[in-house]
Amino acid sequence: MRRNNVFAAGAAALALGLSLTACGTTDDKDSGSSGGGGDAACDLKIAFFGPETGDAAGLGKPIIQGAQLAVDQHNDDADCQVELVKYDSQGSPDEAPALATEAAGDENVIGIVGPAFSGESAAAGDTFAEAGLPTITPSATNPTLADNDWDTFHRALGNDATQGPAAARYIKDTLQAASVFVIDDASEYGAGLAGIVEGDLGDAVTGTDTIQQKQTDFSATVTKVTDAKPDAVFFGGYYAEATILIGQLRDGGFDGKFIVADGVKDPAFLDAGDAAEGTIITCPCIPDTDPAVATFAADYEEEFGEAPGTYAAESYDAASIFLAGIEDGIDNREDMLTFVNDYDEAGITKQLKFDDKGEPADVHVYAYTVKDGAIVPEGEIK
Amino acid sequence: MNFEFFFNNLPELTITGLAFGAIYALIALGYTMVYGVLQLINFAHSEVFMYGTFAMLWTVMALGGREADGIKLIAIMIAALFAAMLVSALIALVLERVAYRPLIKRDAPRLIALISAIGASFVLAELMGLRDRIAGWLRLDDDLSEYVSGARINNSMAGVIEKPRWDVAGVSISSIDVLVIVAAVGMMVLLDQFVRRSRLGKGIRATAQDPETAALMGVNPTRTIQLTFLIGGLMAGIAAFLYMLKIETTRYDVGFLLGVKAFTAAVLGGIGNLRGALLGGLVLGVAENWGSAIFGTEWRDVIAFVLLVLILLVRPTGLLGESLGKARA
Repeated sequence: MRRNNVFAAGAAALALGLSLTACGTTDDKDSGSSGGGGDAACDLKIAFFGPETGDAAGLGKPIIQGAQLAVDQHNDDADCQVELVKYDSQGSPDEAPALATEAAGDENVIGIVGPAFSGESAAAGDTFAEAGLPTITPSATNPTLADNDWDTFHRALGNDATQGPAAARYIKDTLQAASVFVIDDASEYGAGLAGIVEGDLGDAVTGTDTIQQKQTDFSATVTKVTDAKPDAVFFGGYYAEATILIGQLRDGGFDGKFIVADGVKDPAFLDAGDAAEGTIITCPCIPDTDPAVATFAADYEEEFGEAPGTYAAESYDAASIFLAGIEDGIDNREDMLTFVNDYDEAGITKQLKFDDKGEPADVHVYAYTVKDGAIVPEGEIK
Repeated sequence: MNFEFFFNNLPELTITGLAFGAIYALIALGYTMVYGVLQLINFAHSEVFMYGTFAMLWTVMALGGREADGIKLIAIMIAALFAAMLVSALIALVLERVAYRPLIKRDAPRLIALISAIGASFVLAELMGLRDRIAGWLRLDDDLSEYVSGARINNSMAGVIEKPRWDVAGVSISSIDVLVIVAAVGMMVLLDQFVRRSRLGKGIRATAQDPETAALMGVNPTRTIQLTFLIGGLMAGIAAFLYMLKIETTRYDVGFLLGVKAFTAAVLGGIGNLRGALLGGLVLGVAENWGSAIFGTEWRDVIAFVLLVLILLVRPTGLLGESLGKARA
């Protein structure tokens, strides 16, 4: 861990230096163009905040592309060209505060799509709140984020407090599992989620264990599971560990159901091969086969040459809210914040409306399953 | 704390612990041998292991291991073993040539060599982690996309080999675990005999004891140091092969945690001591597994390092405490 940070810090310093010089050059150009523009406000930017490079780049890519699509579609028929800028945090909470300060310092940035992860959201939230810069995250699901009195915080999807109970309902009602073993990865995300599932399942939980991120040998955990002989195993964590864990569980003789959450919904999980078959993945993300997102999915595939990944549609929705504000003539953060807080329109994933804490008023959780080497939607968990 | 579970599953927990401990031990050899000869911790040794895992993975991919079975699969696995040993040994030799020899020649302080080792470790790990970009610059990314994609995530060969389990007196044992333990212990015994009995081994021990006198007696110090790195690399290659059989997944930073653990195993057994590395690795692997069973898996690393501190408090030179040079023939 340590050396990654050292390396990343160097990269961040370099990036900061580069962007400072970049600012210096653009400022001169902007000073002369304040009079132009027509009736719509211009020179405005929406920012993506999250991992563009680094270990979590795979999770950031669909989010960037979803927002990019919304911006491109806006720019196609608007006088006011909006720019999507990217603040690459590499998904690391250590990088987030400095980057957030940088974003807050650019007055033309009037909305943030992100931060992508829960950890970096917690680290950067104060800075955004002080700057009055509205954020809409398409992917950070830790429930406590909404309890910080940040009026700039908004979330375009259900949090773990809605996903956890949905996963527990699925285990109880659909799978009818009488005994469940709950494992988590000690991360803010995984442990929170596993705790909710454990609480909701109550007596059905036959045992628990906590693993560590980057661990690769799960022998002791496998022995615990095979000893408890549960009908199902729930794992709260990310795909990197889930892929290895399920392989070792199957090799160890576990033949029950494996249930995981949105942190595992990544094509890399399919590397586990046969062991991954039948895994249930819960996710507050809308399937790209859902009729509501059909047009979006087609446009996305045309622009980027691939099917929309996880949270691409949520990111599109988040960016669309800011773009709607810009179309209404908003050109500052204060008005944008009021606009987002009062927003109540149908998005492609859900009715987009936020409560006082910034949580979405309308939440859906879906079940996916791994079938024949692909993650396929099973339908909404009621 | 769950003692009932622990005692009910003691045989299984011990065997899986020994298997991972055997892998620690093989990597620990590299640390211990270089330390014995140069009094230098080769922190880049974890990357030597990491390159071995990728050599194994890519050989299996290139030879079509996914579709093969029977004799062909065994042939591919043997090829993969040699590829892993070759690549690891090569990286170890390059390390010696580039990162250490220039410093040793100029009699640089050990601290400088340590920093050079850490730097080399960074460079090697990031070269692997950025291989997609590098292939892009060389315009090879289309041809090599299968090998360079997912440079910073897990790369897996899951499902290539079957792993039958045996039921011995009510204890379920994985065939892979048995293979890993037998192969690792077998290699250690061979190496131990090599160092103790062969002419080259005597040279290594003589250099470890007193480099100048050894040189006067006709032992070429540069060649001996090279040989030490070569052996460490070969053992790391075998460790990489066994690790990939067992875990089936690697990534550019896989060496970091394993390297720290293997280094711990080497210190635990007595750094500079070959038999100590074996004992240290096995003790560490079993202790981690037992501790995980009793206290929970999240305590795994805590247990490993508490054990290290406790043993060093009682025996400051490690369990066996003898250095490479003092080993009797």
